Amino acid sequence: MNATRIGYALLIVLALVAPTFAYPVFLMKALCFALFACAFNLLLGYAGLMSFGHAMFFGMAGYFYGHVVKAWDMAPELGLLLGVAGAALLGLVTGALAIRRQGIYFAMITLAFAQMVYFFCIQAPFTGGEDGLQGIPRKALLGGLIPIKDDKVLYYVVLAIFLFGYAAIYRVIHSPFGQVLKAIRDNEQRAKSLGYEADRYKLLAFVLSAGLAGLAGATKAMVQQFATLTDVAASTSGEVVLMALVGGLGTIVGPVVGAFIIVTMQNYLAFTGEFVLVIQGSIFVVIVLAFRKGVVGELADWWKRRQAR
Amino acid sequence: MFELLGIPPQALFGQLLLGLINGAFYAMLSLGLAVIFGMLNVINFTHGAQYMMGAFAAWLLLGIFDVPFWASLVIAPIIVGLFGIVLEKLILKRIYHLDHLYGFLLTFGLALVIEGLFQWKWGSSGAPYPNPIPGGFNLGFMFLPTYRGFVVVAALVICLATWYGIERTKLGAYLRAATENPTLVRAFGINVPRLITLTYGLGVALAALAGVLAAPIQQVSALMGVNLVLIVFAVVVIGGMGSIMGSIVTGFGLGLVEGLTKVFYPPASNTVIFVVMALVLLIKPAGLFGQTK
Repeated sequence: MNATRIGYALLIVLALVAPTFAYPVFLMKALCFALFACAFNLLLGYAGLMSFGHAMFFGMAGYFYGHVVKAWDMAPELGLLLGVAGAALLGLVTGALAIRRQGIYFAMITLAFAQMVYFFCIQAPFTGGEDGLQGIPRKALLGGLIPIKDDKVLYYVVLAIFLFGYAAIYRVIHSPFGQVLKAIRDNEQRAKSLGYEADRYKLLAFVLSAGLAGLAGATKAMVQQFATLTDVAASTSGEVVLMALVGGLGTIVGPVVGAFIIVTMQNYLAFTGEFVLVIQGSIFVVIVLAFRKGVVGELADWWKRRQAR
Repeated sequence: MFELLGIPPQALFGQLLLGLINGAFYAMLSLGLAVIFGMLNVINFTHGAQYMMGAFAAWLLLGIFDVPFWASLVIAPIIVGLFGIVLEKLILKRIYHLDHLYGFLLTFGLALVIEGLFQWKWGSSGAPYPNPIPGGFNLGFMFLPTYRGFVVVAALVICLATWYGIERTKLGAYLRAATENPTLVRAFGINVPRLITLTYGLGVALAALAGVLAAPIQQVSALMGVNLVLIVFAVVVIGGMGSIMGSIVTGFGLGLVEGLTKVFYPPASNTVIFVVMALVLLIKPAGLFGQTK
């Protein structure tokens, strides 16, 4: 337990000094995806529900944020709030339908709904269609107290949002609610026979995950000042799965590690064009075949074996 | 000329034909998905990529070896089917003991690799494939291009042949038995792993055949299967994967629904299948032809 605490303390110190040696916009993007991956992992790793359409929450929240801040000319806080609320509401509707089927069907249904949202976004007037929402202004937070025009200032805001989201997920997982979720994941029939209404737990987990994915998406729109179709596309849904998988499903820090690995990889391999897809696909194949526990899961195993010796 | 609800009949029947053609592809692809899932317990996300490979195989055979369309209709599915068999032998068979999700993720990754490689080699803009039977008939109420009529008929024949093969032949009986209870069928001395490999090869060949049929209608491009496979997933959810005939009926039916939507409310034509899926989930969660397990 102590080692974990020291680890967290080191990570937080690292996060605080990171902008001095790394490009803040890159860090912020990685943090947004890290939160997104954690939200996804809450669902798959702890409730056993594989959503292959999480981009709809991420991307739609970005659009909501952009619309509130740009078209309605309101405060960014309100944009974040409405982004989260909108994503959670979308999660409630799609989740209520998707949990009517189990296993692989659940994945296909969420994927189909995300595709529906994607087609909706191409046509809807407020998303800007193929162009997306461009030039979302970076207005100061807290009524002018925190000017986020400066990337370094915004970085600490994004870090705070990420830590808030991460703490929320940590709290959920370690609450009695989280324990019931794990019980349902491991054996739904048994959880039901013990009197837990599995569907209500699953739906709540889905809505929570959607809302947090929305927080990540809205924050990304705040950082990058645009919201585009890419963020609602099926490829983004696939990416978040990959991040969680690379880091380690069902480990709480895994998705963060995975998100940083994938975002860094995309950054450095952007010049290869279509080859990024080939590499991402190959990583999927290799991980599924050989490293199903992901980076963090494998490391934890190795540590345990070392301790045992 | 008469009008129906303010819609000129040419437009109505034109869209219905288009819907029927789309439906033919939905039917052929969802059929393959269902057959593969039944046997391998894997949702073959690579299906869209294999459909694309079929179209590409025909296009390359024509461009390099001057192979005519009718020969490609046989050769291309065999090539892609063999590729599927290699894929199954080398990679897929390692994950049968795992949760369904891993099969989904693995085939998703394979689709990314295949589509990425094709995109890298040939770019993402499409190449045209010449129409093998140009011309058409004037039916009075609409103009029917001969090739499009041929596609609908061919797809029907292919679907019914698959249905017959699975429901009415001895090999099909083995297949269905092995889907039900592989251990028992193995005990009867039937080589189940080989049956699985064969099934995957056939399912993939079916997707490739659909790709060859699509080549003269659509542009042959690396990403032609990307959106299609997502729609086919919705079709599979609507129909349920329990019944072969169910897949065929659902595929064609949804194509028609899509065509009708294009006539009466065009903005929804992209999303109507997903709306139908939501409705089916509300009313009959197991799917129209599915059994609740």
